[in-house]
Parts: sequence; C-alpha cells; structure tokens
Amino acid sequence: MLNYVVKRLLSTIPVLIGISLLLFFMLRMLPGDPAQVLAGQMATPQEIELIRHQLGLDKPIHIQYAYFLGRLIHFDLGRSARTQNPVTEEIWARLPNTVLLAVVAITLACIFGIPAGIISAVRPYTWIDYLVTSSALFGISMPVFWLGLMLVVVFSVMLHWLPAGGTGSWKHVILPSFTLAAFVVAFIARMTRSTMMEVLSQDYTTTARSKGLKERVVVTKHALRNALIPIITVVGLQFGLLLGGAVLTETVFAWPGIGRLIVDSILARDYPMIQGTILVFGLLYILVNLVVDLIYAWVDPRIRYG
Amino acid sequence: MNTDNEPLLAIRNLHTCFHVFEGVVNAVDGVDLEVPHGETVGLVGESGCGKSVTALSILRLLRCPPAEIQGQVIFHGRNLLDLDREGIRKIRGNAISMIFQEPMTSLNPVLTIGEQIAEAVRLHQGMSRREAWRWAEEMLRMVQIPGARARAREYPHKLSGGMRQRAMIAMALSCNPQLLLADEPTTALDVTIQAQIMSLMSNLKEEFGTSILLITHDLGVIAEMASRVIVMYAGKVVEEAPVKELFKEPLHPYTKGLLGSVPVIGRKAQTGRRLHEIPGTVPSLLEMPRGCRFHPRCPKMMDVCSGEEPPTIHMGGDRRVCCWLFAKT
Ligand SMILES: Nc1ncnc2c1ncn2[C@@H]1O[C@H](COP(=O)(O)OP(=O)(O)OP(=O)(O)O)[C@@H](O)[C@H]1O
Ligand SMILES: [Mg+2]
Repeated sequence: MLNYVVKRLLSTIPVLIGISLLLFFMLRMLPGDPAQVLAGQMATPQEIELIRHQLGLDKPIHIQYAYFLGRLIHFDLGRSARTQNPVTEEIWARLPNTVLLAVVAITLACIFGIPAGIISAVRPYTWIDYLVTSSALFGISMPVFWLGLMLVVVFSVMLHWLPAGGTGSWKHVILPSFTLAAFVVAFIARMTRSTMMEVLSQDYTTTARSKGLKERVVVTKHALRNALIPIITVVGLQFGLLLGGAVLTETVFAWPGIGRLIVDSILARDYPMIQGTILVFGLLYILVNLVVDLIYAWVDPRIRYG
Repeated sequence: MNTDNEPLLAIRNLHTCFHVFEGVVNAVDGVDLEVPHGETVGLVGESGCGKSVTALSILRLLRCPPAEIQGQVIFHGRNLLDLDREGIRKIRGNAISMIFQEPMTSLNPVLTIGEQIAEAVRLHQGMSRREAWRWAEEMLRMVQIPGARARAREYPHKLSGGMRQRAMIAMALSCNPQLLLADEPTTALDVTIQAQIMSLMSNLKEEFGTSILLITHDLGVIAEMASRVIVMYAGKVVEEAPVKELFKEPLHPYTKGLLGSVPVIGRKAQTGRRLHEIPGTVPSLLEMPRGCRFHPRCPKMMDVCSGEEPPTIHMGGDRRVCCWLFAKT
C-alpha cells in the first residue's frame, strides 16, 4: 500500500513537468505582450523594452524555461509580473479561501445529494422522486451567477441576514458555498439515484431481500456499498474541480480565491502567476485522485493495489 | 403418502401480472400447485413460461408495481399474500428460503461469504455475532467447501461458480427452512459441478427434512430428485404427475414434445440433458392465442382448441392434465 502511494506520488513529477511544458509554450503563443500590458498604453518603446528585459522575456524561450525549472526545484515559482510579490505567497494567501469554500460546498453536496439520490431511487416514480429529480434538473441548469445574485438579493439586500460578499466570518461563507454547492448537489443526487436504481435491481439485492432483511438494511448495507464507487468518483472529480477555484462565484461574492487569481493573471498576461496557479491546481487535482483511488480499495474488496 | 394431511405449501389460483408500458403481461395465470411435507416437486417448462415469477411470487420478491400478485399462497394455514411487510420478512430466509440461478451475480461482491450467511442467522435465530459466525463456518463445512473457516472471511470473487452456489445453498439452509425454492440451481454450472451440487442438495434434504420446489430445465435432474413434476406452459400448469408416470406416459402433447425421447428411469439418469426442442415459439404474453395457449404449436390440434380454454381434468393416481384430448364429452 505504502509502496503504491510512493509510486503514485513519484509519477506526479513527470505529469507536472508535462503540464508546465505545455503551459509555458502555449502561454507564449497567446496574443498580447505582457511587457506592453504592464507598461500601459502611453509607454515608449524603450520603457517596454526595459520591462521586457526585467521580466526576462528577451531571452530565448528554452532558456526562459530552463530558468523556470531551475527555480521550481526550490519550490520557487518566481515573482508576479503585476504585483512583484512572490507567486507562492500570493497563492498561499488565496488557497485557504478556495479550499474552505470547496470543502464546505462538497460537504453540503454529499449531505444533501447522496440521501436525496437514495430516497428517490428507493421510491422511484413517486412524488418524492419527482421532487428530487426536478430540483436536481433545476440545480444543474441554473446559471451560477444568477443563483448567486438571487441569494444576495434575498438574504443580504432584503433580509439583511448575511453579508453580500467578502470574507471574515462564517457568515461570509454561507452564500458562496451554497451557490457553489447547488450544481454539485444536483449532480451528485442524479448520479446517486441512477447508480442506486441499478444496484437495487441486481440479483444480490433480491438475494438480500430473500433472506428476510429489513428494507433499510438491504438499502444501506447491501446496495449502498455497491453504489459507493461511482459516487465517490463523482465526488472526487467535483472536489478536484472546486479546488481549481470557482470564478463566477468568487466574482459575485468578491471572494479572494484561486479562481479570480487565475483570471486576473490571465488578463494581465502575468506569466509567472498563471504558471504557478495552474501547476498548484494540477498538483491538488492529482492528489485528490490519489485519495479517491485509495478510498476505492477500502470500499471494494475486489480492488487491491500492490 | 399423507394425502389427507395438509400440504406444506399450497398455491391456489395464483395470478401474477406485470404492468408494463405495452400493456399487462400475465406471467402467471391461474397456477395451482402443492408441495407436500418432505417432498421435492419439480417445476419444468420452456424459458419464459413463468417458473421464476411463480417462485418469486411465493415470497413476494417482485417489485409491486409493476408486478401485481393475486390468489393464495397457503403456508402453515396462512396466506402469505395477506401478510404485512414484517410478516413476510419473518418467513423469508427463515421458514422458506431461495436459491437463485446465477451464482456469479447473486452474492453481494462487497460482503464476505461468512457475513452474508451470518446476517440471516443473527436476524432469524437471534444468535450473537460470534455464534452466528461459527454457525456460518459450520454451514460452509456442511456444503463441503474446503477450508471453510478461511473461506468465510473471503469475498465472493475469490470463489468459483460451483463454490459460490454451495455458499448460496449454505445461506439458504442456514436457518433450517421447511421449504427451499431452488430456481435452476445448477443451470449456470458445468456438468460435473451440477452433479455434485444436486447430490449435495439431495443429501441435505434428507438430513434436514426440507421440502423443495425445484425449478429446472434439466429432465435428468428432475428424474433423479423429484417425486412429482409440474409442467408449465405460458403461465399455466398444463400437466402434473408423479415423476415415474410422467416419464412413462406423458399425457399433454406439450409434455410429450418436451420429453422428446424420454430418459429411462432406473438407468443412470443423464444430467445435463436439456428439454427437447418443440417447433414454434412460446407466444408473446401480451398476445395470448385464444383457447388453449399451446394450440398453434400442437400436433394434435382440434377445432375446439382454438376456441375455448381446455378444462383441467383429474386423472387417476394423482395426475391432472389441462387438454381437450382428455375431456369426456
Ligand atoms: N419485471 C418484469 N417485468 C415485466 N415482465 C416480466 C418481469 N419479470 C418477468 N417478466 C415476464 O414474465 C415471463 C415469465 O418470466 P420467468 O422469469 O418466470 O420465466 P422462466 O420460466 O423462469 O424462464 P427461464 O427458464 O428463462 O428462467 C417472461 O415472459 C418475462 O418476460
Ligand atoms: Mg427463470
């Protein structure tokens, strides 16, 4: 098991190098000149050239990449072209906010989505099933920014219960995390429903019933454990995506997370910042996947890692 | 035979239909059958004639809706179809248990074999966890699984098909049921394993005194195990007879067709031999032919057969047949 984890962790290194390579060259193919953006509209060519030199952008591209890798070995992602702060510092300042929102949203999604899916699978084609499936459809198709704005209108503007944006207290977390969770809840509920329906029609479910087990035991002990693998997969993937930041939600609620950092740095052609955030995102995504794979082995006895 | 006593199980006029998109499927249409104490009754018929649905209806293991079950299933003087959910749950796996056709899919892949046996024992016999686990190991030994103690801790995917079916049997017999519903317990297994499982079942039946409703395609198995045979066609019972008489002199043209060439009783019965092919196909349950359901395929078809349903005629010596050929006019 430990061997497996170490192997998987080592294998992230080539993946991250691959990501950085692609990213590095693709960024430089984008239209727009970072030096120009930084210097502003009124800058003279000399000023622009100076900034280009300061950023190291006047060197050949493979040399630039070599510098980048050299620093990366020391966990140094360079300095932001925009703010001059170290990239790692900027990311560290924002990452906890993103992780907080992602964890709260995914927890909400599991707490509401999985039971809702189970209930509608156990009572298919009844009013409760229709309630769950139609709300799920609503949740999936609703635009995030619209939901966010509506929540702000109701709970901040009209009722004055919760702040409309920013950070600082647990009250600030509620609206953005519900906004973010809406889609994920709906997605997980639908997934749970279809998986449970399938598992409940399997032969082993009939066997379990034929033993005289209570329906509750059939559903939770026999069926749910078999349905867990696809559910865990979806939860893991969604969590991985949430860690990449939620641009729309962060924008609506002025939430200082990774999502807005990425978008702002792309707009400013802030190469070091873009590279840094995306690499960190890649690393987190890989780690989440590793954890998901380890949970598989724990849930399903047929899966063993050497 | 104690014919004056009540049979262990009596099914009276069982109707099971499925409400599906295309209409109503009458999968079981007025079935009567009895399983006497300590006997093995065979239930045969082509695929789709309603054998499994009959067995599942007894324990009410069909999802209702789409299924709808009517009639009577009398077990110890009580109609199982009238019991509430708790009532039928206490019968399932306890007084009546079931073995399914597919050992590969009928065990839960994420629970150990031992747990799958022990949970029923804890539930019905009120044993503690330890006792129930011991009992599960004991049952696995009883069905001749080598290394039973270790096997109890394993998951189904580590066992072969034959071993899983043994585990299924151990599970079904773990609460010492009075009636075992065995739905094609050997169909999915290869021939040598089939023979082992059948001999295991008949030994256990002797030991525990369990009655068996044995559903099968395999006439060799019927000849070896059953004392009576019930033949179904398209949701109805067409013939019932003691096993020897049925093989010696089948009455219904459908039974004759099924038997094709009769395996000779007394000589070693050939297990693994399937039912003889009859020309034509089973009619769709949505569009049943009028009159006798078998008449489009029947070599002895008469005018009356396509017009009116044949009556059930009780012949001498515990036999009945549902065919116009035997109706006295
Ligand atoms: N859940 C269901 N919904 C609709 N129709 C069903 C359902 N289950 C069974 N049937 C129909 O009932 C009929 C009888 O099925 P059943 O499984 O009892 O056949 P069988 O005699 O056991 O056949 P086999 O030998 O193949 O197991 C079939 O025509 C089948 O299509
Ligand atoms: Mg069947």
